[in-house]
Amino acid sequence: MKSFPLIWSNLFRRRVRTFLTLFSIVAAFLLFGLLRSIAGAFEMGVNVAGVDRLMVSPKYSMVDGLPISHLAQIEAVEGVDTATHMTWFGGTYQNPINFFPKFPVQPRFYFDMYSEYIIDPLQLDEFERIRTAAVASAELAEEFGWQIGDRIPIEGDIWLRGDGSNLWEFELVGTYRVGDEDTDFPSFLFNYEYFDEARVPETQGIVSNFMVRVSDPDQAAEVSARIDAQFENSINPTRTATEEEANRQFAAQVGDIGLIMNSILSAVFFTILLLTANTMTQALRERIPELAVLKTLGFTDRRVAFLVLLESVLLCGIGGAIGIALSGIALQALGPELEGFLGQIEISAATTLSGVGIALLLGVIVGLNPALSARRLQVVEALRK
Amino acid sequence: MSIVELQQVSRHFTKGKQTVEVLDNIDLTIEEGDFLALMGPSGSGKTTLLNLIGGLDQPTAGSIEVAGQQLVGLSSRKLAQWRARNIGFIFQFYNLLPILSARRNVELPLLLTRLGGGQRKRNADVALTIVGLADRARHKPGELSGGQQQRVAIARAIVADPRILVCDEPTGDLDRETADEILDLLELLNRKHGKTIIMVTHDPKAASHARHTLYLDKGNLVREAA
Repeated sequence: MKSFPLIWSNLFRRRVRTFLTLFSIVAAFLLFGLLRSIAGAFEMGVNVAGVDRLMVSPKYSMVDGLPISHLAQIEAVEGVDTATHMTWFGGTYQNPINFFPKFPVQPRFYFDMYSEYIIDPLQLDEFERIRTAAVASAELAEEFGWQIGDRIPIEGDIWLRGDGSNLWEFELVGTYRVGDEDTDFPSFLFNYEYFDEARVPETQGIVSNFMVRVSDPDQAAEVSARIDAQFENSINPTRTATEEEANRQFAAQVGDIGLIMNSILSAVFFTILLLTANTMTQALRERIPELAVLKTLGFTDRRVAFLVLLESVLLCGIGGAIGIALSGIALQALGPELEGFLGQIEISAATTLSGVGIALLLGVIVGLNPALSARRLQVVEALRK
Repeated sequence: MSIVELQQVSRHFTKGKQTVEVLDNIDLTIEEGDFLALMGPSGSGKTTLLNLIGGLDQPTAGSIEVAGQQLVGLSSRKLAQWRARNIGFIFQFYNLLPILSARRNVELPLLLTRLGGGQRKRNADVALTIVGLADRARHKPGELSGGQQQRVAIARAIVADPRILVCDEPTGDLDRETADEILDLLELLNRKHGKTIIMVTHDPKAASHARHTLYLDKGNLVREAA
C-alpha cells in the first residue's frame, strides 16, 4: 500500500481532534463489546437445558407462584416419572453486588432431578438432615471463600421470616459441581422445609416452579398438555414447557433487555456517526487545495476519493479494534462480578467479528460523502482556494 | 520539433447569465526544449492558458496537442495519467503537503509509478540533490524557508522526469535573491536536462531568464519578444 504513509500522516495532522474522535469511537465499541457479550450470556441459557425435563410455571406471571399442593397432582399425571419444586428466593449476601441465585429446594429430589449436579452422598445426607443446611456450587464457595461449617447470612427481600426478621442464616454443609464445567452455574440451595416453616405464614405453601421428569421424552408434549389441562380451571393455572422452551420464554423476556441494549448501541453509533462525519468533513474542507495538488500531480479522481475513504475506514477500524479489545479486557476483569448473575461471560468471536464489521461499515458511511466530494473536486477551482 | 501546439483555442467561463471570454482563438506552438515566459496583466488569461497546456482544464473550442497527445476530449482519468507522465507543476505558493517531509513530498508523483519503496526514495533523493536540498530530506515544509520550499516543489516536479515543466509565478512569493536562485535552477533544468519550461510571470527580470517571452492581453497573444 504505497499511499499508506500519506493516509497515516493525514489522519494525525490534527492530533487532538483525531485522538478525541478516536476516543469516542473506542468508547462506543467498548460499550458494544460489553453489551453484546452480556446479551450473549443471556442467550446462552437456552442451550444448557435438557429435553427430558419439563418446567411448570404460573400461566400468567412468574411472580404469582404456585401452591405446593399442585405437586401431588402433577406426580399423578400419566407420563410423569418424578417431580420436585424450587422457589426464587432473591436476597442479598453482604452486598447487593454479590448477586447469585438462591433457591429453597427438596434436597434429595432436587439432586435426583438434576443428576448432572455432582455432590458427595454424605454431604447430601447432611443437606437433607439439617434443617438450616445449605449447599453451594463449588465455584460460588470458592469465590466467597466459604468452608464447610460456615454460617452464611442472607438478607431476604422477597421472603420475610414469620418472626418479622428478614435475616436468614444457613449452615454450609456441602458443595456440588456440574458435570460439564463449561455450563457450571453458580447457585445456592437450601432446605425448603426450613424455609417454608420459617417464612410469614400467609406466604407458606407457595413455590415458583415445579420440575418434572417425564418417563418418555418423546411424550413430553403430551405430558405437558396433560399437566396444564389438570389446572386449567383452577385459580392457579399453569404453563408447562420443556426447560429449553422455558428458558426461551425467559430469554424472550430478556429480549426486551436486548432491545434496550440495541437501542442504546444504535443511539451511540448514530452519535458517533455524526461526530466522525463532522470530523471527516472538516478534515476534507481544510485540505481541498492539497487534494487538488494531488490531482494536479496525476492522482485520478477515483484514487483521491479512495485515499479519503480509506482514512475514514482506518480511523473507525482502529477505534473499533481498540474498543473491542478493551471490552475483552474489561470482561475479564468484571467476569467474576458478572458470572454470579449471568454465568460464564466472555467476548465471542461473533461479537468481535461483528464489531470489526460495524467499525469498517461506519468508516465507509462516514467517509463516503467526503470521498465523493474529493472525487468531484475541480482542480482549477480548488487551487484558487 | 514542437511539443505544444494550440490551434484556435478559446476558453469562456459562464457566471450566471454572463459569459466571460478569457482566451480568444489562440494559436501557439512551443518547441521542445524551449523556455517560454508568459507575461501580461492580471486577468489576461496567462494562468488559464497554462492550465490548458498542463491538462488541468479543457478549452471551450479549439485543439490542444501536448507531448504528442491531443488533450481535448480526454477523460479526467486519462488526463490525470497523462499529466503524471508528462508534466511537472511548480506553483507560486509551492503547494507542498505540510504533513509530509521534503522527501515524501518529492516522492508523491512516484506513488503513481510501479517503482518500489527503495527506488522511490533513491529517486527522490536524486531530485533533492539536483535542487541542492539533499540535507533537508527529512524536514517538513514548515521547517524550510520559502526558497527551500520552492526547491522542494521543483524537485517534486522533476522527480518523475516529465518533458514539460509548467510554472505559475514560481518566484512570485520570493525575494529577489532567492528568486534569482530559483530562476537559475530552472535555467539549469532547461539547458542541462532538456526540460521544456513554460512559465507565467509578472516579473520582467524573471522573464529575462527565458529564451522567449509571449505577451497576453485580454485573452489574445499580442506580441512576442526574443
